[in-house]
Amino acid sequence: MNEKKQLELYLHIPFCQEKCRYCDFLSAPAQEEVKESYIKALHEEIRQKSKAYEHYSVPSVFIGGGTPSVFDGAAIARLMESLYTFFSVEKNAEITIECNPGTLNREKAAHYRQAGVNRISLGLQSARDEELKLLGRIHTFEAFLKNYDAVRSAGFDNVNLDLMFGLPMQKRSHWEYTLKQAAALAPEHISAYSLIIEEGTPFFQQFEEDCLRRDRGEAPYYLPDEDTERGMYEYTKEFLKDQGYHHYEISNFAKPDKVCRHNIGYWKRENYLGLGLGSASLIENRRFSNTRDLNAYGRGFYEPCDLQILSVQEQMEEFMFLGLRLGKGVSSREFQNAFQVSLKHVYADTIEKLCRQGLLKKKEDRLALTSQGISLSNYVMAEFLLS
Amino acid sequence: MAGVIYCYPIRTRSLSLFVPGLAGVYQEKQEESDMAVIDQSKIRNFCIIAHIDHGKSTLADRIIEMTGLLTSREMQAQVLDNMELERERGITIKAQAVRIVYRAKDGEEYIFNLIDTPGHVDFNYEVSRSLAACDGAVLVVDAAQGIEAQTLANVYLALDHDLDVLPVINKIDLPSAQPQHVIDEIEDVIGLEAQDAPQISAKTGLNVEEVLEQIVAKIPAPVGDEHAPLKALIFDSLYDPYKGVIVFCRIKEGTVKVGTPIKMMATGATAEVVEVGYFGAGQFIPCQELTAGMVGYITASLKNVKDTRVGDTITNAQNPCSEALPGYKKVNPMVYCGLYPADGAKYPDLRDALEKLQLNDAALQFEPETSIALGFGFRCGFLGLLHLEIVQERLEREFNLDLVTTAPGVIYKVHKTDGEVIDLTNPSNLPEATEIDYMEEPMVSAEIMVTSEFIGAIMDLCQERRGIYISMEYMEETRALIKYDLPLNEIIYDFFDALKSRSRGYASFDYEMKGYARSELVKLDILINKEEVDALSFIVHSGTAYERGRKMCEKLKEEIPRHLFEIPIQAAIGSKVIARETVKAVRKDVLAKCYGGDITRKRKLLEKQKEGKKRMRQIGNVEIPQKAFMSVLKLDDR
Repeated sequence: MNEKKQLELYLHIPFCQEKCRYCDFLSAPAQEEVKESYIKALHEEIRQKSKAYEHYSVPSVFIGGGTPSVFDGAAIARLMESLYTFFSVEKNAEITIECNPGTLNREKAAHYRQAGVNRISLGLQSARDEELKLLGRIHTFEAFLKNYDAVRSAGFDNVNLDLMFGLPMQKRSHWEYTLKQAAALAPEHISAYSLIIEEGTPFFQQFEEDCLRRDRGEAPYYLPDEDTERGMYEYTKEFLKDQGYHHYEISNFAKPDKVCRHNIGYWKRENYLGLGLGSASLIENRRFSNTRDLNAYGRGFYEPCDLQILSVQEQMEEFMFLGLRLGKGVSSREFQNAFQVSLKHVYADTIEKLCRQGLLKKKEDRLALTSQGISLSNYVMAEFLLS
Repeated sequence: MAGVIYCYPIRTRSLSLFVPGLAGVYQEKQEESDMAVIDQSKIRNFCIIAHIDHGKSTLADRIIEMTGLLTSREMQAQVLDNMELERERGITIKAQAVRIVYRAKDGEEYIFNLIDTPGHVDFNYEVSRSLAACDGAVLVVDAAQGIEAQTLANVYLALDHDLDVLPVINKIDLPSAQPQHVIDEIEDVIGLEAQDAPQISAKTGLNVEEVLEQIVAKIPAPVGDEHAPLKALIFDSLYDPYKGVIVFCRIKEGTVKVGTPIKMMATGATAEVVEVGYFGAGQFIPCQELTAGMVGYITASLKNVKDTRVGDTITNAQNPCSEALPGYKKVNPMVYCGLYPADGAKYPDLRDALEKLQLNDAALQFEPETSIALGFGFRCGFLGLLHLEIVQERLEREFNLDLVTTAPGVIYKVHKTDGEVIDLTNPSNLPEATEIDYMEEPMVSAEIMVTSEFIGAIMDLCQERRGIYISMEYMEETRALIKYDLPLNEIIYDFFDALKSRSRGYASFDYEMKGYARSELVKLDILINKEEVDALSFIVHSGTAYERGRKMCEKLKEEIPRHLFEIPIQAAIGSKVIARETVKAVRKDVLAKCYGGDITRKRKLLEKQKEGKKRMRQIGNVEIPQKAFMSVLKLDDR
């Protein structure tokens, strides 16, 4: 049993109650029958795809979205049942479901737990109602607190809160307030993302000009300026460290032993299979994703799209730009093991330059981003592209 | 519907003479013409002149179509404009000629040689030589727009060459057409008899036949003695890889045929004629001989168009004429800039490409130069900014070169204290201030025609560009002709655009060179992160140096991406910094989230970031985008 290869599973639920104004995920509100037929298709995909993975065991499942909690306990339980039936889910696997406040109650949470889910990620985003409103969230902070209680009383002892900073009109004190409110609840895990204004979202229309101003280094009108935004991030790191959280990934903080194993898998390039509309997979250095066409998916089209067989060079690049997201960074020994060539041999100049610029630090066998390196991580990571 | 302005993109010289679609570069008709003996009285040599967009090319098309030597199927949209670039810009770039046969109402067949002329001031000299090859000119005036600056300039040029000018009112099918008004205008302003000018629509073909009849009736037949010593005017030439140089000429006196030993009187080049012929539409048609009055071509195994300068006189080497035709001059570049390959390794390719273009473009000059910022490249000379743009575009398009172009400048005369005078084409070569006695810059005489409501705005513009007011006269109640002397360097960049925007399109413009004038000039240096970037230096009038330095810094601030460190951008005259901007250090460049393991998206973002950096030039430790080197051109963007 122990010799089995591992395979993380991601299940995508592309539905939500209402589309948030910043959101460019593959997700939208939908009618009941659409959701039902989608779930049917998802079951079928699980059944069909599982055949190829008989020799893999599953250490983590992540049901993400969208808002998976638009489905009731029974629906989620049936999905979990399918997974247990067709995949070898490990006994102590981490099984997470993303939930949005306003869609949960104690009964639902208890049902999830019964079905095998052992980790809940709650999209709190902000503790200030005016920010929640601006973001287009359906909940208030009070509604969130009720849901949080429900989750806790249903017995969940591994809860993540998603937070966002750098919101339009947000002041440093606003963010401190949200962070303190969140930490006061003592969740096991906190994800703190800096807001990215994505093209195609209502926020983009609203704040595009502001983004451009900020990119040029000018003072934005609504968004916090870069210094304020970076200040929020620095504060987050210090505050959460004081609160006993370990900063293990650019945007993620965890109490001891509560890191999100599924998430780390992405950065360490573990095998993962995405199930459901548009979800991405990495299987033995092949990347592919499912169709993003809901109708095609509903008709049973599960063929991999955009198949990309990673060359050794691409694998090395990924090893670096994904691994560097982790607080521990990358290990040159692991690099050597994976590619039979030394890290130095491939990247000596780049590493030397980035260290000199104060963006990377070496520690024993490992290489990690400095705090300035985190702020400029896109620049640093792009430097590791080889061609 | 708005007024038309004469603004740049108009012309250059081209490699290919032929209508695309005909096989190869060169198509010959095998049969020799039986029209070796031609009655001079049945020949009409003429050109069509017009302000831009008044319909010159369209009328040429109609004439060629109606004389029937070309079937409709062969007709490209505009027969005479056949270079790819010309088509895209909708302009005529190279002077070309076509011979057509017209059976007139008197029952006689006439031979028309229609010589198309380039129409941009960059190529004024070539226009003048094309006109010199004609006996008459058809003046096309837009029935809605009336006379424009270029109409006048062209008419005066034609009259200078003693051409009979035949006015034609075009676009009478437009709702806004006012043919009678335009006729009166032609009579009042130009002084040409115009009451019986054909009123046509070149687009629909309406009344175009009347133009043909008037060409027969009003344009004089050529005169000239076919037995006199050979005297032929070169009005264009092109290089063909198989035939060598093909010379376009008008035989003024004498006869030329295969085997005639010829000599170019100005360049001294000699050769023996290999072939003579005339211009079919889209093809060269060989014939026995060309005699006085005829227009045709000569090939003689000449290898370079430098030997066959436009305006030169061809004579018989063994029986030369006593004196050359008047008007020849060697055209000299007016505008210089540095051209550098974006990829330094492409330097030899750029040299080859320039050499190839030069085979066909005697006005293009280049010599190697080195820039600290840009490496190895060439300092190139052009007739004007349009010529520059076209060469640049052809290098990029036809030779697939990615170029970095430095700010174009004019030729300054630097009078040194030791009495030496330098022609300065590269700002970097400006001597030390202590060695300079004084400097001079080239001036132009400009004529601007504008409706009265914009006179103030246009005079302000000329004033801002250091213009010297000469005169203003009203052509009619609502339109005036304003004359200014302007420094060439004030108009080469964006004067046309400024003119257009300030007059809402209701101004037209023409100019000619007017020698040098003493001027207070300084070299403006740009320092990026404390390092002087030689390729960004330019010469500027001291009165506007502060303003331009400030704008240059602002512009560069926009162009230079933020780095990990702060980058000061400074403009300086000598050691004195006159303007400064700062590109702030980048503080944040981070993608917080990767959605559900969608790494491909992340990779694309990183790749885009990296790709952007490849198009940069490294100066010290600052990366500068290539287009920044043209920034100075865009200082007055509004």
